[in-house]
Amino acid sequence: MARIIVVTSGKGGVGKTTTSAAIAMGLAKKGHKTAVIDFDVGLRNLDLILGCERRVVYDFVNVINNEATLNQALIKDKRCNQLYILPASQTRDKDALTKEGVGKVLEELSKTFKYVVCDSPAGIERGANLAMYFADDAFVVTNPEVSSVRDSDRMLGNLSSKSKRAELGEEPIKEYLLLSRYDPKRVKLGAMLSVEDVQDILSLHLLGVIPESQSVLSASNAGEPIILDENSDAGQAYLDIVDRYLGEDKPHRFIDEAKKGLFGRLFRS
Amino acid sequence: MSLLDYFKTTKPNSAKVAKERLQILVAHERNARNQPSYLPALQQELLKVIQKYIKVDLDAISVNFDSDDEQETLELNIVLPDHTDS
Repeated sequence: MARIIVVTSGKGGVGKTTTSAAIAMGLAKKGHKTAVIDFDVGLRNLDLILGCERRVVYDFVNVINNEATLNQALIKDKRCNQLYILPASQTRDKDALTKEGVGKVLEELSKTFKYVVCDSPAGIERGANLAMYFADDAFVVTNPEVSSVRDSDRMLGNLSSKSKRAELGEEPIKEYLLLSRYDPKRVKLGAMLSVEDVQDILSLHLLGVIPESQSVLSASNAGEPIILDENSDAGQAYLDIVDRYLGEDKPHRFIDEAKKGLFGRLFRS
Repeated sequence: MSLLDYFKTTKPNSAKVAKERLQILVAHERNARNQPSYLPALQQELLKVIQKYIKVDLDAISVNFDSDDEQETLELNIVLPDHTDS
């Protein structure tokens, strides 16, 4: 049985796809067979972030409509043989996804995969609802910013009322907070919500803080998941997140401003 | 007062404002989420009935739903106008 993880946020542009690509690659590199599914039908981008956009032949909707088998549609990652990508359809709209269809695909994936990461689209429409419906765990990606925090809270409401686990009265979805685009410098100045502020409001278990980092754009430019850039702060943040998710006890990093050494102070701004 | 304190007090702490706004908003929205979906319709219909007899507007009627472990309460509150022309 696979563990199904939904990466969600409500608000767009907070880093759902970046996070999905990173943690899927992270789990796969740890030796766990992992599939990552793009639920953003009509606006697929996970393929770009993972650098496999030219290898897409069949997609998620093709599989649901029995136009292709799951094995035909799954793209095996070239960097890590434990990672498979199921791209979204670019030509359909979100109504092409059905609860039965998604359920069938997830069930089939569960037979051979250890983890299935569902990259949710923004919003609270069908695509987003189906991405979280079957989830066991939810990674709630939030920016330290009012609209993102509010939307995350809304998604938490949906997770606890509109998911399969909620409907069947089973153990609720495990919810984790991933605070991204965090800037300790601005937090210190009182110009950005702190980790504690966001936790006070959302009362979620913190899985990790991802610092605002230029390396994220470089990674997406190149189609390399950020977690492969092990020298970057954001890459390390995701490595920690995967370790913590797998049960390792790692102290949180990137919450406080990095202390600059003498050289840093002399030669940097 | 030192020079440092002067800078501290003049700096606007927008994060604090953001947190306060969010706490109020999120509490309000969580409450609204737990309410039954028929509440707005109920409020509208009650208003129509009451308006047959008394001149009141929508904000004169509040319908509140509260629930704890023990019980659920539906509270209806109608504020009558100062002078009723019946």
